[in-house]
Amino acid sequence: MPHDHQHSPGAPHRHPQRPDQDDTLTYWRAMEVAVRGLLIDKGLVTADEVRRQVEDMDSRTPLQGARVVARAWTDADFRARLLADGNAALEIMGIDRGPYKLVVVENTEKVHNLIVCTLCSCYPRWLLGLPPDWYKSRNYRSRAVNEPRAVLREFGTELAGDVAVRVHDSTADMRYLVLPRRPAGTEHLSEAQLAALVTRDTMIGVAVVGAP
Amino acid sequence: MGKSLSAAKDAEPIIGAMRSHHDLGGLAAERVQPTEHDYALWEKRVDALLVLLTKKGLMTVDELRRNIEALGPQAYDTMSYYERWISSIANTLIQRGVITIDELGRRIADVQARGDGR
Repeated sequence: MPHDHQHSPGAPHRHPQRPDQDDTLTYWRAMEVAVRGLLIDKGLVTADEVRRQVEDMDSRTPLQGARVVARAWTDADFRARLLADGNAALEIMGIDRGPYKLVVVENTEKVHNLIVCTLCSCYPRWLLGLPPDWYKSRNYRSRAVNEPRAVLREFGTELAGDVAVRVHDSTADMRYLVLPRRPAGTEHLSEAQLAALVTRDTMIGVAVVGAP
Repeated sequence: MGKSLSAAKDAEPIIGAMRSHHDLGGLAAERVQPTEHDYALWEKRVDALLVLLTKKGLMTVDELRRNIEALGPQAYDTMSYYERWISSIANTLIQRGVITIDELGRRIADVQARGDGR
């Protein structure tokens, strides 16, 4: 995972919050409080629903996607199902099938896949959690489609010249997930051990899964 | 990576009148900065409101995007991600008649006078 800060081994994985947002009542933050209050007063949502929805999103992490990838690596039938109908395959695993169509694209020796949303920030969020800031950034959205190899190099990913790069532009109703390649030398690993190798960035396609 | 930037400029497509300011694919841009942050509670609440409103049939993801895209280029570039979202959610609810501009304005003033973000 690319980072501009260091994590100590074993330390909780935290990122800095944007300054001046949680302790400053900006106009937009006041608008959030106002809209939420009006909806609650009108009986359209409850405070409890909002709280539970925040907890639900907090519970969604790339670990869930990693479990799906590890299953696909170890179960050929599941892999075929996943590539044919992503949402149905999630249901087989007892994972929320999600509100949008899921298309899983498989990396091979000769094809590397990368996902982006050039118009906005569409992302398989029910499977990976909320997208990182860079995924939503102007620079990524602009350049991923026409110079993907340069973008990949900025993430430290260098592909051989004979590997084709396919870039998939997500939409509001259709979200992509990359099925990365299983690294060599992992034949002895369990499904859970394999899942631990799979990072968020490898499922977006800006990185490849490293050997353990 | 100055080389990639100039390459992007060479490859820049002809921008027709139809391209809107949110439509970024293929435009020249800078190096991708691998930034991320843990979302603040108010940002998570904005996200939660959108999910709840779509589940209840009170707005759609398309409306969210349309009202984000309706922001002028300057607002689009200077507002943060969830600032654009709450602005869009409020506009959608006003357009649908779920809330009025007046009651929203009064409520924001109340919140600001109270001075806390709860």
